[in-house]
Amino acid sequence: MSYGSTEAVRGIDLEVNRGEVFAFLGPNGAGKTTTVEILEGYRRRTGGEVSVLGEDPQRAGRDWRERIGIVLQSGRLDPYLTVRESLDLYAGYFRNPRPTEDVIALIGLEGKADERASRLSGGQQRRLDVGMALVGDPELLFLDEPTTGFDPSARRQAWDVIAGLRDLGKTVFLTTHYMDEAQRLADRVTIIAAGQIVAQGTPEDLGERDAGETTIRYRSQGQEVVLQTATPVQTLNELTSKALANGEELDGLEVTRPSLEDVYLELTASSEAPR
Amino acid sequence: MNGLALVGHQFRYDQKAFWRNPASVFFTVMFPVIVFLILAVVFNGETIDVRGGVEATTYYVPAIMSLAIISATMQTLAMTLVIAREDGRLKRGRGTPMPPWVFIAGRVGNSIVVALMMLVLLAAIGGVLYGVSVPWDRLPAILLALVVGAASFCCLGIALTALIPSQDAAAAIVNAMLLPLYFLSGVFIPEDQLPSGVIAFADLFPVRHFFDAFFDAYVPAGGPAVSWDNLAVVAAWGIAGLLLAVRFFRWTPRSG
Repeated sequence: MSYGSTEAVRGIDLEVNRGEVFAFLGPNGAGKTTTVEILEGYRRRTGGEVSVLGEDPQRAGRDWRERIGIVLQSGRLDPYLTVRESLDLYAGYFRNPRPTEDVIALIGLEGKADERASRLSGGQQRRLDVGMALVGDPELLFLDEPTTGFDPSARRQAWDVIAGLRDLGKTVFLTTHYMDEAQRLADRVTIIAAGQIVAQGTPEDLGERDAGETTIRYRSQGQEVVLQTATPVQTLNELTSKALANGEELDGLEVTRPSLEDVYLELTASSEAPR
Repeated sequence: MNGLALVGHQFRYDQKAFWRNPASVFFTVMFPVIVFLILAVVFNGETIDVRGGVEATTYYVPAIMSLAIISATMQTLAMTLVIAREDGRLKRGRGTPMPPWVFIAGRVGNSIVVALMMLVLLAAIGGVLYGVSVPWDRLPAILLALVVGAASFCCLGIALTALIPSQDAAAAIVNAMLLPLYFLSGVFIPEDQLPSGVIAFADLFPVRHFFDAFFDAYVPAGGPAVSWDNLAVVAAWGIAGLLLAVRFFRWTPRSG
């Protein structure tokens, strides 16, 4: 899978199960959009095998497109059409569209149905964008970085819409560079960095967080001391015994496990290859 | 929906968007009317030395009709398709089951309907304000010139999108091509005041041939109503545009 002379992604092996929300997580430039565009049938791959809903996206036709919905990373709307008109226009493209009023309710734009797209806020426009992908009542929905550039409240609204899709039984392929987004929405997460998969799992056990090293911090005679240990109980015991024996207090003692964010940053940093 | 019903569906929404877009309405509808009125006021009463002498106002009705047809087709398509492409709207549409030709047909239909409307509007203005009679007996020739011209300039507009890298460049590139050709082809400046070298240069491009053909169809002054040689040149440009469009038109944004 490459374009230009640089190979964008290679050796990627993914499996997404029906009915799950699958998050494809990675920093900018990691190859997320390249991968998702291959799955959507927009981009031709230079190698490998791909099957989406039982068909090769490169060769799939109209019937296959009836079953998928796509939300592009940056897709603006026709500024001169209203929310309802944009959805009605797209409804005409599908054999069995979901009723427009249903879609409007699903994306929470009931009060804005007759507003032109140009008069919607950024978050509302994105929800309409998601709505246009839902009009065909797809089995599988691709969402490419649906909340990039959002303020916190717009993100929360978008998350509610996406969480609602899972309740409808849709399969969702979500790409994002936000750890918290994957954690909040996904059943399974795959992390990609520099075109290669670096970790896979549920948000809970990703990157073997439990096996990671524990950090112990304290101050001794005005100096900050930081220890990394795989055996925190033993290290702490030795440390506190010594301090007790010397009648010393360990100022600012802190014991921390790596957060998901730490795991993510470490995984994506260590595999950063020169591009 | 079957293919044709879907074209109608697409066309309905293209019409809504067209009439709500102030730039389309100004450049495609108002601008030709304003230019016609200015030229008619300035040259009213003069006789232009073509085809044995034609009233200036009579000259400018088919001249500005040619401009309006080119504007409704080539200019409108090139601009709106580039904007939609760079917005990612063409790409989004390609992700649906809608066949691509339906989308293009809807847009082309929109352009041709607007061109036809401009023809009626300019004929009415010319008739009511300056008594330029509508040559009803030549209607078939006028419609033939309209169809050949509109179709050809639609193809050229779609082909031109391949040369336009961004939304900002669209208006500049389209106007830089068309405005000089309107001047050099006798659309703005009466033909009898242009040096023959200028006309010969303008003859290299389709605007001049279309104007010529349209003039012959509209003005009973001289010759047959159907100017087959000029229409053939326009159609040849159209076919070239079609081939380029098929080869180079893209649905995905150039930038980003």
